[in-house]
Amino acid sequence: MANPLKCDLCAKPATVHLTQIVNNKVHKVDLCEECAQAKGVTDPSGFSLADLLLKASLNPDPVATGARCEQCGCTPADFKKHGRFGCPACYDVFGALVTPMLDTMHKGSAHTGKVPQKALARRARHERLSRLELDLTAAIKSERYEDAARTRDEINQVKNPGAEEPPR
Amino acid sequence: MTIASLIDSPSELTDGLGHKTAIVLMTRVRLARNLAGQAFPGWAKAAQREEIVARCRDALLGLSPLKRSLSLKVDELSDLEKQILVERHLISRELSGAKAGAGVVISKDQTVSVMINEEDHLRLQVLRSGLQLKKAWSVINELDSALEDRLDYAFSPALGYLTACPTNLGTAMRASAMMHLPALVIGNQMEKVVRAVNQLGLVVRGLFGEGSDASGSIFQISNQTTLGESEEEIIKRLGNVLNSIVEHELNARQKLLEGDPGKLWDKIGRAYGILQNSHLLSTSEAMNLLSLIRLGVDLGMFPAAHRCVIDRLLIEAQPGHLQHTQRGELASGQRDLLRASRLRAEFATFTPPSFLPSADGPN
Repeated sequence: MANPLKCDLCAKPATVHLTQIVNNKVHKVDLCEECAQAKGVTDPSGFSLADLLLKASLNPDPVATGARCEQCGCTPADFKKHGRFGCPACYDVFGALVTPMLDTMHKGSAHTGKVPQKALARRARHERLSRLELDLTAAIKSERYEDAARTRDEINQVKNPGAEEPPR
Repeated sequence: MTIASLIDSPSELTDGLGHKTAIVLMTRVRLARNLAGQAFPGWAKAAQREEIVARCRDALLGLSPLKRSLSLKVDELSDLEKQILVERHLISRELSGAKAGAGVVISKDQTVSVMINEEDHLRLQVLRSGLQLKKAWSVINELDSALEDRLDYAFSPALGYLTACPTNLGTAMRASAMMHLPALVIGNQMEKVVRAVNQLGLVVRGLFGEGSDASGSIFQISNQTTLGESEEEIIKRLGNVLNSIVEHELNARQKLLEGDPGKLWDKIGRAYGILQNSHLLSTSEAMNLLSLIRLGVDLGMFPAAHRCVIDRLLIEAQPGHLQHTQRGELASGQRDLLRASRLRAEFATFTPPSFLPSADGPN
């Protein structure tokens, strides 16, 4: 064969090709002899492809690397134990843990419903303001007064979007 | 305590302010929402929990539909009061067992309730009698949008509303209907229905949610998945399934009437007799008897106006409500005595069944 399949877990040529249907979804895995042995693929009763896929998709495994959410201190081990995350930021830090599960858990893996437009716009405005304030401080510090003046006008513009002239 | 005022004032659920229908008792839509940058309730420290309750409560009480609402803190409620709120579907069992720093805001007519610091910071609920999925969704959608003016929600464009448990991601919406399906139960078809409904990505539970039994032949049917479909799509899909279950139940009733009407009249007639004369009734037996009377109302054996009475009794026969009338806790045996005596009193003046099926069929 010109292009032999490689093992999904290491780079050796794959000799074991496995197809499993979990929740009406087809999963395919190619493994080398050793990995197949190590994962117990030869013993179908004790083998779950879903587990394997879950682990294979985590590279490096956040459980092993001791990843931790900086916002709340929750770790992947905490999530595995409770089945719940610690805070919204956990989805950024180790959302990869659930991504492979979403398709089987839900109808799809992407949100298509309601969006909190007002809250998002308010947050974006708030973030823009704090960025501009930082720019302003930096500009004043390095005596770039023209930049500072422009940034100040921009800040006033964001604060009072309706105003023609920035208020004094 | 203001729980008493809540029980004594008319509500959507107990007094049929809305539309009472033959098979669907009520519709509920729930939304889970969390505040951006805050630990979820299960992970938050006590002080954080208190702060979140205060913030959410302020935001909620400022909304016009919740202006004159009842705001309660879970740790200030007695076990009996919590049980009553669970029986009225105003709080979940999980919230009733929550530690300090959790609460609920309930609108005056009890159609809106918002749990604070259950599994998520906010669990909004809108309840309507009968089958009113679209109406319930439009009311809760508006409430949610108004709340959005006051609170920053945790949201990701890819995953939708972020929730403590990934099974609620996306719309974070759970829409459900409480259905009375006695003919499907009598005809042993419920198992088949549950299996079919599960295959469509919907869940069937008992009256009080997860793990509760199906006494009174009342089932709660809701969507299981929340991500990958819009709210309207979920509502539409659920609505289609609910309509087809209603059709199955009506067919099963027709079949019972055609097959062995004597057996059905006997069941309903005996239920009436027991409710008029018994002296000991457990919750589950009372619910099963009331369920048969409700079926009798649907079949035209009792006046349609009695449907509201049955729906009220289904709630008043629950242990918490029963004990409330006695202003104290009762042992289970005493409760069964009291329950039977309450129901005897109600049924003493209840119109006797007419065993001539009305020409118009179910009303």
